[in-house]
Amino acid sequence: MFAYIEKIKEISNRLLKESTVDLIIGFRKGTVPMMNEPCFAKTPEAVDGLVWDSNCGINLANYLANRKEKIGIVSKGCDSRNIVTHIIENKIKRDQVVIIGVPCKGMIDRHKIEAMFDTEIEAVTEADGRLNIKGDGVDTAIDKKDVLQQNCTICTHRNPVIYDELAADLVEEQTDVDKYEDIRRIEDMTPEEKWEYFEDLLSTCIRCYACRNACPLCYCPTCFVDESQPQWVGKSQNPTDIRTFHFLRAYHCAGRCTDCGACERACPMGIKVRILTKKLEKDCLELFDWESGLTLEKRPPLDTYRPDDPDDFIK
Amino acid sequence: MGIEPGRLHFSWISSAESVKFVDVVKETVEAVKALGPNNNFIKTTAKVA
Ligand code: SF4
Ligand code: SF4
Ligand code: SF4
Repeated sequence: MFAYIEKIKEISNRLLKESTVDLIIGFRKGTVPMMNEPCFAKTPEAVDGLVWDSNCGINLANYLANRKEKIGIVSKGCDSRNIVTHIIENKIKRDQVVIIGVPCKGMIDRHKIEAMFDTEIEAVTEADGRLNIKGDGVDTAIDKKDVLQQNCTICTHRNPVIYDELAADLVEEQTDVDKYEDIRRIEDMTPEEKWEYFEDLLSTCIRCYACRNACPLCYCPTCFVDESQPQWVGKSQNPTDIRTFHFLRAYHCAGRCTDCGACERACPMGIKVRILTKKLEKDCLELFDWESGLTLEKRPPLDTYRPDDPDDFIK
Repeated sequence: MGIEPGRLHFSWISSAESVKFVDVVKETVEAVKALGPNNNFIKTTAKVA
């Protein structure tokens, strides 16, 4: 981790000094543990504040859309896939970004750690795959691999898919993972069971829209949930409105979602919102052989037509 | 999400295929009637004035 950040700083300083970029987007330490913040560094002094550890789960591609400057961006595997998606969707130009690739070893899930202890966690430090957790009356070490974000445990693209600089050697990709075990379980349910399942899943949603705001795909100037003329969806806490918001947002991410987990990470209520986007991700893989954000060469399934597109559902 | 198969139908019908249109509508209406009223996606809480 230490070597990573030294290299990130070195690259960032060089890019700024040579005026290759106007700013660097990276991470700095957050004001609460396990929550690093995005950092926009325009000077070498600001670069000093950059950090890299297992709390960098925010997707930095979220800060790229429609920017005009030249930008150096720190990028994990998933961030790089969302950068590709941004380029495909004309939200940023390829020659505007210098991608500082960071081969990723997974980010930790603060919800999991918080649930393990009764008290507030004051500090989390890490070394050699172990996390040291400190809080009132708590001083204990746990294995990082036990508290990874769920999407990180099944991630098969930890290395950035495009990059101009690399902060470390590429890591070995996970191959032997069952990505869709949870989705298959839901697919096997009866309609009534499904209804119950989602009722329960979304029951605590407070409609703060943190999930949407954290998502790089959600760059619409006016989101459908904010629109009032016409009003596409009710704005209340009513379960029907909540459900409508969630499944419509998921559909807007179809064929685009990289399963980066930023939405789930942002949710203050710990709702597993990825369940919705993951089903669509699975469908895209199975029906269109498509994984989003892997290449600049191909158009995504939802903006192309192929005569052999599956259409069994149309009678 | 818990919407019964049979409540939602998709069809390609050209504007020239009037007979197909009638058939599909009939089938759809029958299938949906067989399922009974849709109790999901109904707002139950009181409307704010
Ligand atoms: S949910 Fe849909 S409308 Fe809202 S920001 Fe995301 S993509 Fe845009
Ligand atoms: S929907 Fe969630 S997992 Fe998918 S790209 Fe957006 S933030 Fe990432
Ligand atoms: S972040 Fe969580 S609580 Fe907020 S709108 Fe999204 S799912 Fe609901």
